Amino acid sequence: MPFVTAKTQKNHYDVIVVGSGAAGGQSAYTLCMDGAKVLMLEAGRNYSPESETPMFQTPDMAPLGAEGTPEKPFGFYDATVDGGWDVPGEPYVRASEEDAGRFEWWRARMLGGRTNHWGRISLRNGPYDFKPHSRDGLGIDWPIGYEDVAPYYDKVELLIGVYGSNEGLENTPNSSPGCLLPPPRPLVSDLLIAQRAKRLRIPVIPGHRAVLTQPLDFRRSPARLHPGNATAQKILAEDMRHRAACLWATPCGRGCAIRANYQSTTVHLPPALMSGNLDIATDAMVYEVTLGSDGRANGVSFVDRLSGKQRHVGARAVILAASACESVRILLNSKNAQFPNGLANSSGKVGRYLMDTVGSGLSGQIPLLENLPPLNEDAADGHQMYVPWWLYQEQHAGKLGFARGYHIEFGGGKRMPGYGTGAGLEWLTGGSYGAKFKEDVRRYYGSFVWFDGRGEMIPNDQSYCEIDPKVKDKWGIPVLRFHWQWSAHELGQAAHMQKTFADIIDAMGGKPRDPPKTDGAKAIAPGGSIIHEVGGAIMGSDPKTSVTNPWCQTWDVDNLFITDGAVFASNADKNPTLTIMALAWRAADHILERMRRKEL
Amino acid sequence: MDRRTTIKWVLAASAAWPLLEKRAARADPALTARGYGTDPNLLTNYRPGEVWPLTLTAAQRRLAAIVADIIVPADDHSPSASAVGVVEFIDEWVSAPYPAHQRDRTVVLGGFAWLDEEAVRRFGKGFSDLDLGKQHGICDDICDESRAATVRRAAAHFFALYRDLTAGGFYSTPAGRKDLNFIGNVALARFDGPPPALLKTLGLS
Repeated sequence: MPFVTAKTQKNHYDVIVVGSGAAGGQSAYTLCMDGAKVLMLEAGRNYSPESETPMFQTPDMAPLGAEGTPEKPFGFYDATVDGGWDVPGEPYVRASEEDAGRFEWWRARMLGGRTNHWGRISLRNGPYDFKPHSRDGLGIDWPIGYEDVAPYYDKVELLIGVYGSNEGLENTPNSSPGCLLPPPRPLVSDLLIAQRAKRLRIPVIPGHRAVLTQPLDFRRSPARLHPGNATAQKILAEDMRHRAACLWATPCGRGCAIRANYQSTTVHLPPALMSGNLDIATDAMVYEVTLGSDGRANGVSFVDRLSGKQRHVGARAVILAASACESVRILLNSKNAQFPNGLANSSGKVGRYLMDTVGSGLSGQIPLLENLPPLNEDAADGHQMYVPWWLYQEQHAGKLGFARGYHIEFGGGKRMPGYGTGAGLEWLTGGSYGAKFKEDVRRYYGSFVWFDGRGEMIPNDQSYCEIDPKVKDKWGIPVLRFHWQWSAHELGQAAHMQKTFADIIDAMGGKPRDPPKTDGAKAIAPGGSIIHEVGGAIMGSDPKTSVTNPWCQTWDVDNLFITDGAVFASNADKNPTLTIMALAWRAADHILERMRRKEL
Repeated sequence: MDRRTTIKWVLAASAAWPLLEKRAARADPALTARGYGTDPNLLTNYRPGEVWPLTLTAAQRRLAAIVADIIVPADDHSPSASAVGVVEFIDEWVSAPYPAHQRDRTVVLGGFAWLDEEAVRRFGKGFSDLDLGKQHGICDDICDESRAATVRRAAAHFFALYRDLTAGGFYSTPAGRKDLNFIGNVALARFDGPPPALLKTLGLS
């Protein structure tokens, strides 16, 4: 049984991986498939998507019509277990409660972490995104370029299954042949948005999401992913055969019992477990990386949440993949004589350059979409199409007044009726009730579209986290305190989003639900609320100004690695998860190579 | 206006609602109930009252049904709100122990009290005992917040919330989905997208 307890766990492993989400899952997968003995420690409980996912449950089967509550913020059927903006017994501190300085921290305490509920949007960073400072003098360049990561984007896409298309647009990279699955058919609203946005010279192209629009190529992909490794190929081929293609229903955020989308628990962990090289301990809350007398990491200490006991386990190397902020917290709490300010923090940069994504949204009502015939528009659960950032030239010419771009996610269609279907329609109905109200709901159902901008935030000195001097969680572990500040670039971007969305809605002949906000400070979503927090232990080429080297290896501790979003030196508009996985695979390959050379 | 800020409205209007303050001050069973926690079983079919106790009185439930059916009456397409469990849905909602639901509770119970007081003031008997025409007469004054007289603004806010709750409960049911001709939430072997003829009609082919 690969799920281990205090009794069955070994005392020593090749590698300890802290965290089981995108970064932990990918790190463990790569290591185990190549023979390393790995212990994965997950703070939350064990979780089985196959038996726990509410696939076809309807809102009337849930309390409160499945609407969100503080205990299930994204709705009753959201996959998140023991998580949300507040985790009971595990507080964090905000240095400011003002909107402008506010940071929200979403956590999930479960095997697979946030990958169980995430949006599955899987975009590659482009060449510009790794060298932002070189392009406009702002922010920080990565020590690696697109060409270093591209082969790993290919690998991740082949492994997890990502649909999309190659359009050859600026800074929006193509995948290698055979990597992408075909995109799903668009909805009526997708096509209308595409048609009208085109009139505004805004490109609309197929989205990229980790959803299987057809079965994976289990005959060819395993050999492409694990050349020369017959065992890994056999395990992966077998596992790929057990992942079904999308059945075009049920929201991905609930998780997927048939394994048709990516979540760590359905994609990374099964083959890694099948290899026989992975042990997983759940309810294991890591709070410290311990150092040996040689200055190298010799293991981690954790709280067994079931017994409350503190325990220690050893390994040749330690990978932190606990999510950007949680990994930072572990480093800062791992103080010792050699590192009085936190482990691997000789640069003083641990916790620094925390970033989220710039978010702003607008919805509208489109008369052309009223009274359409019955249509099944569940499709791929959204993001059939999207708008990549398109104003590189205008921005380069200094016409926009802010740096860096955003992409647009949008949606519409006749989705599962629920609480929101007939709510808040007064702006259209004039407050109808009775038979007229029922007619109005029929008329407007499916006629709404929404737009969400997702833009790049430039790292700054005012956005960071540190250990709060007083507050501890229920295990006695000191907690994080967050500081946050947007720059004029992010605010300008958010205002630009609002205008763009209003223009598109207008071009569709519709009207916006609310007036577009011209003040970026009012338009922008609070820090952390897009749940794309990265940075805090950035990679670089200089130990004085960064925490890890280009291989996600900490400058200060030779056998300590960070493979989650903490190492991001910039946060492109592209959603971070695909890049997290690509970097984790690359780092794990590097660890394997050094283990073979007996350096670790 | 965000209905979550309703409590401010209600309290500001409470001078016009003498009953409301008394109700809000009364020990309330919903306040001591517990939520479903951060790790509920997602596969169970929950019925209202199973997770926390329902709290509306018989008189309140009678009024709840009358107002819900004024908002969503039976027609050729579907049954009325109360016929498909909307009263139970609303009772569950206003009995839920979460802060937002407790704020909604204040608005709903305050609104119920206002309806009765207004009915007595205008017609000499409670809202539930009026004929449909007189009930509509009262609702017409409060069905649109943007047009409601200042003195009835809080009541209009109640009506907007109550319409959301009624519609929310109704369109979440199989009958509500059928009313809207919803045909999703079924497994498909393939997704072909919209029919070409429709796209042609819309100028999208």
